[in-house]
Amino acid sequence: MTLKKLSLTLGVLTAAACAPATSPSRPSAPAPAVDRRIGLRAGQFDAAEASWNLRVVAKAPPTGQFVGSTNSDLAFLGNYAIQGNYNGFQVWDITNPSNPTLKTSYYCPASQSDVSVFKNLLFVSGEGLGGRLDCGGQGVRDTVSAERLRGIRIFDITDITAPKYVANVQTCRGSHTHTVLVDPKDTENVYVYVSGSAPVRSPSELPGCVRETPDKNPESALFRIEVIKVPLANPSAAAIVSSPRIFNDLVAPPEHGEAPEDIANMARRAAAARAAGGFTARVNEAEFVLGANFTRPLLDSIVKARGGTGAPTAADSATLRANIQTIVDKMVGANREGPQPGPNQCHDITVYPALGLAGGACGGYGLLLDIKDPTRPVRIGAVADSNFAYWHSATFNNDGTAILFSDEWGGGGAPKCRATDKKEWGANAIYALENGKMVFKSYYKIPAPQTELENCVAHNGSLIPIPGRDVMVQAWYQGGISVFDWTDPANPKEIAYFDRGPVDSTQMGNGGSWSAYWYNGAIVSSEISRGLDVAELTPSEFVSQNEIDAAKTVHMDYFNAQGQPKFVWPPSFALARAYVDQLERSRCLGADRISAVRQGLSNAERVSGAQRRDALTQVASQLGGTSCDASKVEKLRAAVRDLAPLP
Amino acid sequence: MIGMTLSFRRAATAALAVAATSACSTATQQAGTTPPSTARDSAAIAQARADSVRYPYTAADVRFMSNMIAHHAQAIDIARWAPTHGASSSLQILAERVINAQKDEIALMQRWLRERQLPVPEARATMTMGGTEHVHQMPGMLTAEQLAQLDAARGKEFDRLFLQLMIQHHQGAVAMVQELVSSQGAALDETVFKLASDINADQATEIDRMQQMLAVLLFGPQSP
Repeated sequence: MTLKKLSLTLGVLTAAACAPATSPSRPSAPAPAVDRRIGLRAGQFDAAEASWNLRVVAKAPPTGQFVGSTNSDLAFLGNYAIQGNYNGFQVWDITNPSNPTLKTSYYCPASQSDVSVFKNLLFVSGEGLGGRLDCGGQGVRDTVSAERLRGIRIFDITDITAPKYVANVQTCRGSHTHTVLVDPKDTENVYVYVSGSAPVRSPSELPGCVRETPDKNPESALFRIEVIKVPLANPSAAAIVSSPRIFNDLVAPPEHGEAPEDIANMARRAAAARAAGGFTARVNEAEFVLGANFTRPLLDSIVKARGGTGAPTAADSATLRANIQTIVDKMVGANREGPQPGPNQCHDITVYPALGLAGGACGGYGLLLDIKDPTRPVRIGAVADSNFAYWHSATFNNDGTAILFSDEWGGGGAPKCRATDKKEWGANAIYALENGKMVFKSYYKIPAPQTELENCVAHNGSLIPIPGRDVMVQAWYQGGISVFDWTDPANPKEIAYFDRGPVDSTQMGNGGSWSAYWYNGAIVSSEISRGLDVAELTPSEFVSQNEIDAAKTVHMDYFNAQGQPKFVWPPSFALARAYVDQLERSRCLGADRISAVRQGLSNAERVSGAQRRDALTQVASQLGGTSCDASKVEKLRAAVRDLAPLP
Repeated sequence: MIGMTLSFRRAATAALAVAATSACSTATQQAGTTPPSTARDSAAIAQARADSVRYPYTAADVRFMSNMIAHHAQAIDIARWAPTHGASSSLQILAERVINAQKDEIALMQRWLRERQLPVPEARATMTMGGTEHVHQMPGMLTAEQLAQLDAARGKEFDRLFLQLMIQHHQGAVAMVQELVSSQGAALDETVFKLASDINADQATEIDRMQQMLAVLLFGPQSP
């Protein structure tokens, strides 16, 4: 047994020995009055831990060249979890979730090494200035260099133990993150959207990279995203095929409004004002009507300047009209020469191909994009939020009726979960999608304050396929992992967590969960400095064993969190029972009917063929009548019906 | 995410402490993973140290990390005036966010300098020269006259001036990022690169927001 295996085994044993007395089959106690995440002892590998309705089953420490280097995002393929690292990537075999084993480590430094997979291809993001085409670790010293890689690296992982580095696609701003888009209509190609807001590189290094704004140079690398087309038969021919300008005419609404409508309204008002002889000026993309309070003193000064008196003439008005934009630009500090403000890149884009939609987290905006044509994403909605510093990522609910954006305030390196930090800051914002419009509903932030030694802010997460509910697991850096229910977008609620004390007791160290995703029954978390954690949900008053079992029936062949799959639940008794449990919890089915349905399902499970069909018909007969959740009853009825053909 | 280097001395201390720690701390808290052996940990620390020095920093990096402390300090100084100078509630929220964000970034820059045993500037916008206080002259920083003007303003006038001057201040920070990344060999360090990228993105977003606020202040709300 290697040292690593030994320490792993010991770790698991220790964790088991110290598990709370609550048995997995018994509902857990409600959250204690004082949150157990408060006051956890610090430590790199020996920090105190607190978990609630969640059991950590494995902690695999980093190895070799990945020790002391930042772990980043995760992608999944078959039984493998691929973990990005600023020094490359590691492949873990998670066939046995309680014993991840290292299959491959590939040294090839670049920040942030965000990873995605599709079939035999692995995509890795490179953004930092030290990334090299030859995967060397010496960095790139020159400001202009033919050795630098900023963009997407493509590996052939047909043999996962021996990845082959087959292609690079260089981009002007590098790739902070990327999104693999599988177009249901196109089986020959896969698409990659590149995101990142790092400075644009020199055109001497990569021809065509233009730092000037689009009004100065239409070829600007700002205010656009890059779309890479990857031919599956020949991935080395991958290339940028379009650079859609999805930010055009975008303006910030004051709170949670719909930007395009606001712009349209403002444009209408401005046109009417101009037609009536009024003055207007643009501030960024928005056209403002300037009231007499603002223009009168300016007109008076023009009169004065020509040595006149009395009311301004038509010529004075014309003079003001000719200069008004310059005056306003000066007043609002619009810097027409230097770098332009506003969203000129996305941090991350989540595509949901089954719906033909994408959620873009872009600068100060959350965007809703139509991606039915993968190379021509079109913005169909935009929201801004005065509580959001920086829109980081997006997650749709499974039905596509709600979208959640996270705000990575402070870039993930700052402690934004202190008791003094507002709950709206560095949080998630949840929007209902109503007729293609985003309507603000609520914020969600982990409820337990963290110390100033813990970098903490909303970060990467994914849905847990509990049928009939929207439940998500999310990484909060050193705030740990939080599982929450946002079925009601206006009332998100935490239902499970796992947290460690700070990595360092004296100053803010480098650590915490970068990403926490559900994959085929397990929660896998990429811990920045402590390695790979695997956890399981345990039953509680909020989630039943049947719901967990039903979630585990959803099988994914691969998973990239930025490419959201639509969950479909195969028929199972667990699925029917999960709905029964939900109806019991919501008290939308009477206790006597609940127990009759459960009895009927047990009877049906014990028999087969015609007997089972009869038993299921009997169950269905219990589902008539009214309920306060008719649609859930309908889902249960369908789940029961679908059980009949099962062997 | 901002990359940070570990504090290696502390990591070593922690590793030693681990060896002596018992399994369970309290009934509700569980001990973490069993530590690697001391030898193994030393190797890990050595590796980590090697990684941290992989890309040496340049004078431009040090200049950026040092100067931005004073730059941020001034933003915090003037943001602290908001409650006492009759700022509107939306401006007070903006000011609170500037204080929160830039205080954390100052701590990060000071930590970066301290870890490299470089001089760590205090979070002050001024320096003492020949017995008198001078405001640092970095891009976008407010002059003594601008500071006095803002300090004398109250209410709506404070809001207007604050927004104009903070836009100027933020544009200066963005210019400092541009200068950094145009310097030979600079911003290879993960922390410097990420901080610079974040300042670039965050402050551009905030400039956009402040220009909208300013336009509404100057021209009135435009929604029907």
